[in-house]
Amino acid sequence: MRILIIFSLMWAGSIAHAADGKLIATPGVSQIEGSAGGGIVPWAQLAGYASRDEIAGNVFCSRGDVSDYRLDVCGAQANFYDRVEFSVAKQRFRINAADLTIRQDVFGIKTRVYGDLVYSRFPQVSLGVMHKRLRDDEIANALGAKRSHGTDFYVAASKLHLGAFAGYNWLWNLTARHTSANELGILGHGGSDQGRRLQLEASTAVLLGRHVAVGVEYRQKPDNLGLGEDDWKDIFVAWIPNKHLNVTAAWLDLGDIAGAKNQRGWYLSVTGNF
Amino acid sequence: MNKLLFTTVLLVVSACSHHNSNASLYQQLGEQEGIEAIVEAFINQIGNDERIFAYFADTHVSRFRDKLILHFCDISDGPCVYDGDNMVDIHTGMNITEGDFNHTVDLLIAAMNEVGVSHRVQNRLLARLAPLRDEMIYI
Ligand code: HEM
Repeated sequence: MRILIIFSLMWAGSIAHAADGKLIATPGVSQIEGSAGGGIVPWAQLAGYASRDEIAGNVFCSRGDVSDYRLDVCGAQANFYDRVEFSVAKQRFRINAADLTIRQDVFGIKTRVYGDLVYSRFPQVSLGVMHKRLRDDEIANALGAKRSHGTDFYVAASKLHLGAFAGYNWLWNLTARHTSANELGILGHGGSDQGRRLQLEASTAVLLGRHVAVGVEYRQKPDNLGLGEDDWKDIFVAWIPNKHLNVTAAWLDLGDIAGAKNQRGWYLSVTGNF
Repeated sequence: MNKLLFTTVLLVVSACSHHNSNASLYQQLGEQEGIEAIVEAFINQIGNDERIFAYFADTHVSRFRDKLILHFCDISDGPCVYDGDNMVDIHTGMNITEGDFNHTVDLLIAAMNEVGVSHRVQNRLLARLAPLRDEMIYI
């Protein structure tokens, strides 16, 4: 609730002066756990267009729709002086066959520790934390998860190379995440097989103009529950018409999820920046 | 699968962009004439932007124009030698913020769009200018 109030205040304030201190498209979009990133990977960039003297607020909603499941997420981020990002994401994971919904809340903090995506010689580096709490933990418990809540820690490095390929701007991001989450935490944390693990995630994109980016992502996942949890992949195209809006569409390949094979499908995400 | 997709994207991107790859950046910018047009449009953009124009209130525009043309010519490997003040000296005392710097880059992009510099050539010029930012902000 407090967060909501802060966001509405920021939104009201932003009508007078929206943050625009970054090159268009460079902050990325909103990933499914609420952080600035691609679609599934959190990036080193902090959300929105705030420079060191500005504050930015963003709201987003996303949907991933694969064969047997659907994930709906809405959330918000606040970026203070391009130094700290606070984020919250409300996830609703729908199991089509069982007509059942699992809800999870994710609270994130990320801080930029070095550099600037575009301007510094070395990549921008950020440290982040995501705290995840299940609101519906019956399925997680039934599958043998140890806990219904847990915390991910990650370090991310990103760089945008101006004019890298034949004059096109190229972005890459690498993230290492220490986590015990099963399927994002939707199936709880931990299990019989193992506890916390280090997972690697990567994204790369080419900006085809100021307003369009195409890219791919990869996210390694643990298999604590012994259900053959697969790594996730996607290929995306993002459209950034101005510094207030971006729309991202992606093709997802999520592999097997809780025994259901070959989960593939579409992803659509919209973020508003203030 | 990812590697394949990425390679495909790169191939498509580079396939439609191979002309002109041997020309120097100076030539791609349209040589002296092209750079003059960019700087002229850039000065117009600054003149119409309250926030950035504030920095230029006491500036002699004709000197700024000449020196910036020379600077762009030099930095794009053209046949010029920049002889103006160095970047640190000229911008010291202005206390240019990061946001204002980046906003000025937006104005330069707008100027380049106006005179028809292609996206890829724009990025090549920006790539040469970007490393200078650290010498200019908050001083
Ligand atoms: C990469 C970016 C930039 C480059 C390459 C650049 C280059 C130059 C050059 C070549 C001059 C003329 C030097 C001379 O007269 O000897 C100049 C002057 C000036 N620059 Fe920049 N500049 C940049 C960014 C900025 C920004 C972001 C601002 C302010 C927001 C700014 C404000 C000024 C002002 C006010 C002057 C005139 C100083 C005077 O009146 O003597 N510059 N700049």
